[in-house]
Amino acid sequence: MSRSDVLVDADWVEAHIGEPGVALVEVDEDTSAYDGGHIPSAIKIDWKKDLQDPVRRDFVDKAGFEALLSERGISNDDTVVLYGGNNNWFAAYAYWYFKLYGHNNVLLLDGGRKKWELDSRELTTDVPSPDKTSYTASEQDPALRALRDEVIAAIGKRNLVDVRSPDEFAGRLLAPAHLPQEQAQRGGHIPTARNVPWSKAANEDGTFKSDAELETLYKDDAGVDFSKDTIAYCRIGERSAHTWFVLHEILGLPNVKNYDGSWTEYGSLVGVPIELGDAR
Amino acid sequence: MSTDQSGCGAPAGGVTITKDAAGKEAIVEGHVLRDGVPVGSGYARLLGTGDEFVAEVPLGADGGFRFFAAPGEWTLRVLAPGGVRSECTVSADIGHITTVEVAV
Repeated sequence: MSRSDVLVDADWVEAHIGEPGVALVEVDEDTSAYDGGHIPSAIKIDWKKDLQDPVRRDFVDKAGFEALLSERGISNDDTVVLYGGNNNWFAAYAYWYFKLYGHNNVLLLDGGRKKWELDSRELTTDVPSPDKTSYTASEQDPALRALRDEVIAAIGKRNLVDVRSPDEFAGRLLAPAHLPQEQAQRGGHIPTARNVPWSKAANEDGTFKSDAELETLYKDDAGVDFSKDTIAYCRIGERSAHTWFVLHEILGLPNVKNYDGSWTEYGSLVGVPIELGDAR
Repeated sequence: MSTDQSGCGAPAGGVTITKDAAGKEAIVEGHVLRDGVPVGSGYARLLGTGDEFVAEVPLGADGGFRFFAAPGEWTLRVLAPGGVRSECTVSADIGHITTVEVAV
């Protein structure tokens, strides 16, 4: 896996708008963003309503994912191109989610919605209505997703990469600064975790930094041992999906998992170790 | 490319609010305007010391943005189509809304 296998640029997307076999999908944190204007031919997936179980904290199950993609007109053979706001946080999350359910032909628009907007490219409010399909998903791939017990067992053994902001890592904030400060019962980070904020992997326009810059960032600057397995986490698993994408898909590290329970789960667990303070 | 380093119209002090409105939050909010007209397409970024990225939000249709920051000094940077890039310094305090008007 390398950058050219997983990323496309805005010119590529413009050239493939409406092309059969290419499913363009917008996934946002602000789920109303799509309604205000989106890339022509793009359909919308609501990261919360469509991808999360409505009752318990977990993903929709395999049957639910199949029903969702069938209803949105996505086929097993389609090349799915994902993009979104917030520097592709939720698009990267959806990318990871699609991979989790075995859809391997998936790409991310480099720079996402932000670069598209800053380039003043076309947005439309026309909503496509593709024909329904009969999508078949695979069982979830456990190689991509870390659950809490695995995370606790990884302390001091595997790379733990905390991709939140330095203030969240240190325990001074419980959420990113554009969100109300709530959720986890305690602040701080998982002991032995390295702090590499997701934002360091992105340029100001939302595109990913070069392979050489990314390797320097994680390996040399943060001391992530590329010979070890890695678990990335953040607050709810979306920013860490961005970092999972960098480490697993762009840099090609073999064993990288995303801990989607992340700090909202870990910071509320009774009895687990927590460390406070800035990165050392 | 248009760059405006002095486009920040942060009023001195901002607005002190009751616990009902801001409570324990340190809020930085405001609007981005071009010739007095809201800029509805663009992004506001909150940066810490050394331009360390903290948060980013898309501008609302009214050019508005809001951050729930930690107390302290921050750099507010605005990006908008056409290469617009404007920034200013703002401070945030608990229980206080700092209001910023950014002209681009």
